[in-house]
Amino acid sequence: MEILVCVKRVPDTAENEFELNSDGNDLDRDDLVYSVNEWDNYAVEEAIQIVDKVGGSVTVTTVGDDESEEVLRREMAMGANNGVLLCDDAFEGSDGKGIASILKAEAEKGNYDLILTGAQADEGAAQVGGMLAAMMDVPYASLVNKIDVIDDKKLKIGREIEGGNQEMSEIELPCVLSIQTGINEPRYVGIRGIRKVAKLEIPVKGASDLGIDADSVGSSGAKVKRVDYFVPDLGEGAEILEGSTDEIIEQLIERLKAKGGL
Amino acid sequence: MTEIFAYIPYKNGIPDDIAGEFIVAAEKIESGASVTAIVTGSGTDLDKVAESLTSIYKEVIKIDNEVLSYPNAEVIRKVLCNIVPKDSILLAANDTLGMDMAPGLSIKMDAAFAADIVDFEGTDGTNLNLVRQELGGAVSTHVTCDISTGAVITIRPGAFALGEDTQNAAGGSVTDKSEDAGDLSAKRHFLEIVEAEAGDVDITKSDVLVSVGRGIEEEENIEIAEELAEAMGAVVSCSRPIVDAKWLEKSRQVGTSGQTVKPKVYMAMGISGSFQHLGGLKGNPFIVAVNKNPKAPIFQVADVGIIEDILEFMPELTEKIKEL
Repeated sequence: MEILVCVKRVPDTAENEFELNSDGNDLDRDDLVYSVNEWDNYAVEEAIQIVDKVGGSVTVTTVGDDESEEVLRREMAMGANNGVLLCDDAFEGSDGKGIASILKAEAEKGNYDLILTGAQADEGAAQVGGMLAAMMDVPYASLVNKIDVIDDKKLKIGREIEGGNQEMSEIELPCVLSIQTGINEPRYVGIRGIRKVAKLEIPVKGASDLGIDADSVGSSGAKVKRVDYFVPDLGEGAEILEGSTDEIIEQLIERLKAKGGL
Repeated sequence: MTEIFAYIPYKNGIPDDIAGEFIVAAEKIESGASVTAIVTGSGTDLDKVAESLTSIYKEVIKIDNEVLSYPNAEVIRKVLCNIVPKDSILLAANDTLGMDMAPGLSIKMDAAFAADIVDFEGTDGTNLNLVRQELGGAVSTHVTCDISTGAVITIRPGAFALGEDTQNAAGGSVTDKSEDAGDLSAKRHFLEIVEAEAGDVDITKSDVLVSVGRGIEEEENIEIAEELAEAMGAVVSCSRPIVDAKWLEKSRQVGTSGQTVKPKVYMAMGISGSFQHLGGLKGNPFIVAVNKNPKAPIFQVADVGIIEDILEFMPELTEKIKEL
């Protein structure tokens, strides 16, 4: 099975405290720690496990700048066979539809049976997989937490739905699936693994290589645009207990007793 | 004036709470806008939903077909493409069905797509001003959405609180447009629902929960939370990353994709507080948040906040409680 996995380099929510810049209209990006989008690691692991079972190859791709190459290399260290970086100034400022159309151009250059994305990324819109499928006119399922290959024509899949229940379906290939965390346990990648793939060539493709009209993507093609970032004022928030740890514990125990916690 | 439609999710013949929230959202998009509800399904369940929606919607469109008896996003998308006029706004829920259906629908309708909207801040006729969140709720963003060729917009469940004026009797009517549904074939076929497994402990029955998140750092540290829970007569629950890492069973997870709990006291230990997690927390519990990151969103909803490392704080708290 030929599998394409779309990944993204994102600010790591576990490693950063997000602050606004001095103008207050963007994140302070100076010291942000970036990594591969958490959901994407599960998607790549799933692709590798499928290929281990039924044969084929895994290609990882991303729309991003030069620095995004590092996330492709990391996924290749996990076991993806090929990487392709989709990079062009014209791609900057793309909305979800723009990203999906860039990925579509690359996807159609291959002969993929299955395309995987993470269920969502840093912006939390969970949109690119569903858009890509609709553009390619292939079936789609989101929040997938189980994949069984039935044959080369169809898969049996599970979707995570409300209340921890799982919705089982059969889906025809080719298709696009967005992968939910917890579907597998992504393998650990050490420094040695990264070093092994350090010299592999990762082709870079721009708008003209992909046959994309530069005006249809990027900020010129975007219908949805971020204006600024802000931290909402949600009223008072929590009463922050202060003092030494002993003093804090004393105050906390008092409140827990009053509220039925002890 | 822009036409607004709302796709209504439901269960067992009862519309989801978001049915009323769409009306609040539409009023914020354009004051006085008319909103038409669309509901799909089959048989008496569908009729019950459509009928009950007439109390809050003036116009309700129902699409009745046996194929729609289970909500298959691929089929619903095709129906909506045939029913919703071009250039109008379609509202859907940012729930697991909406996430499955809406992004692709926007492509097929050649409309803009905006996901998981928490507020609307008016329109100049071409651009709609929206508010959403990024990075797991750590920051909010203002976004503009060009609605000149229509838009598909999903709203966050619970973000648009119902006011009294949305409860008035609309005295609406139901229009049956089943004939206009068009081609209902699909390349994805529903098989069955596998119910979540019951765990060793039922967290929904406990008045006090000691709930752990990423801040627990390692599997061995779960024990620290268990000791605190034991001292408090509480039960240990958790947020999603702990289940993904397989450190606790799925049945211990609080959140929209896990359990809905109604404790009296909720101890959020090293939990950042994503909306998916908070979506599982009902009944207005007293929330204590301990997190070493003072910017964690959990501090905006907690009653009491403590900025400390849970791995150091929990053992000390356990000791003090034992001494009581």
